[in-house]
Amino acid sequence: MLKLPIYLDNNATTPLDPRVLEAMMPYLTEVFGNAASRNHPFGWAAEEAVDYSREQIAKLINCDPKEIIFTSGATESDNLGIKGVFEMYSQKGNHVITATTEHKAVLDTCKHIEKLGGRVTYLPVNEQGLISLEELEAAMTPQTILVTIMYGNNETGTIQPIREIAKIAHAHGALFMTDGTQAVGKVPVDVIADGIDIMAFTAHKMYGPKGVGALYVRRKNPRVKVTAQMDGGGHERGMRSGTLNVPGIVGLGKACELARLEMEADTARLSAMRDRLERELLTLEESYVNGSREHRLPHVTNISFKYVEGEGLMMGVKDLAVSSGSACTSASLEPSYVLKALGLSDDLAHSSLRFGLSRFTTDEQIDYAINHVKEAVTKLREMSPLWEMFKEGVDLSKIEWAEH
Amino acid sequence: MAYSDKVIDHYSNPRNVGTLDKSKKNVGTGLVGAPECGDVMRLQIEVDEATNTITDAKFKTFGCGSAIASSSLATEWLKGKTVDEALAIDNMEIVEELALPPVKIHCSVLAEDAIKSAISDYRVKNGLPALELSHH
Repeated sequence: MLKLPIYLDNNATTPLDPRVLEAMMPYLTEVFGNAASRNHPFGWAAEEAVDYSREQIAKLINCDPKEIIFTSGATESDNLGIKGVFEMYSQKGNHVITATTEHKAVLDTCKHIEKLGGRVTYLPVNEQGLISLEELEAAMTPQTILVTIMYGNNETGTIQPIREIAKIAHAHGALFMTDGTQAVGKVPVDVIADGIDIMAFTAHKMYGPKGVGALYVRRKNPRVKVTAQMDGGGHERGMRSGTLNVPGIVGLGKACELARLEMEADTARLSAMRDRLERELLTLEESYVNGSREHRLPHVTNISFKYVEGEGLMMGVKDLAVSSGSACTSASLEPSYVLKALGLSDDLAHSSLRFGLSRFTTDEQIDYAINHVKEAVTKLREMSPLWEMFKEGVDLSKIEWAEH
Repeated sequence: MAYSDKVIDHYSNPRNVGTLDKSKKNVGTGLVGAPECGDVMRLQIEVDEATNTITDAKFKTFGCGSAIASSSLATEWLKGKTVDEALAIDNMEIVEELALPPVKIHCSVLAEDAIKSAISDYRVKNGLPALELSHH
């Protein structure tokens, strides 16, 4: 029997892989030592586990284990990367370049450094969700210290041209940082080949536990440093103080190990499932995929269903745990700023659904999701005066709507 | 958001979804709201001119569950009422019946507007002056 509701919101968070939990268990119980305790075996055991985890993470993203700074998650990593560079490189300049479709952890951190006297350029994106390399090039100045552009977008899955962006940043003497939260563990991320200097990522988007993440900080060519945002015992090469979350770190390491070993198989299975879901849902008239279909993560699709209202749609697909491009559970009715940045009108942004598949998603669940969404959209359209007008050939943009 | 059982019932089994022939003289149509606001309601009434009684009511709504429920409930209430009785329907009665939370009161307002707008259309078609519609 299929268990309802079906979880298809894996860009929000993923379930913990049982193998990850198994690896973590001893460190939640008998192996409880502080990894910074150098004087006894309890500490040594914890440190050994942390070191092993660092190696697993390093193997996944092709870096040196020493280049991993453990944090509480991607939000902290984004904060540490951006604020840390802004402080550390203040002698060189104060300009940061990012994009309008970044996660709030990046955008709000950029807003914060603007208050501190920083200058930030927010690059727009095209209808595919991609930034323009020409616009990036034109935005670079001698004061530019950092370009921070996310790897894969959380709402649409769109993957930016990371290598080209890194080249432009480096050609102008700036560092390149990426928010790899959605991409690490899902697609091959190689900090050397990609030219990444700093990268934020987290465990709970790749079947690891919540509350643990990492910041990759390059140690050579060039040697990058970030100013610590948390003062204390000088852990993590002085960049992030605080007793290490050993069980969480072990979980992150195990999640990275599994991702490295299973990525190819997961990608093939998930993208086939995602493509089937998408193909079926696009048989509904007036439905559109948001973001690039060419450059994107394998497990995500974001689809708008025209002439259906977003909140009504969410209510109609109650057997699915998905996200909508609409934050209209409040009175504010704010459509997703990411979809708006792609040029979507408010109504199309509102009527979008984001499907995020996982390692644990089954074909049976996808079959159910296809039928459930089709039924809901069809039913709501039969109830929609806008759909009826559209079918009669009425141009809705020509109608004078009575605002209320 | 948690919806009341009545909202869920109307959303799952909406009453009187459909379209009346708007070319008929005894059919009044109200179309209120705007797509960019996230709600559009179309409410229609068919009136027995001899008795001034609403014999049929249909709706179509683009909107959230509360908007659909408000208009579905309105059509139920309209049937059998005289036009004057229908005019007296107040949005707060809809709020109470459906237990709408404060953020959804605008759905009931829209339903009241749709009723008045449909009645006004019926009046104009029958040589009576339009209603003074208050836009909330």
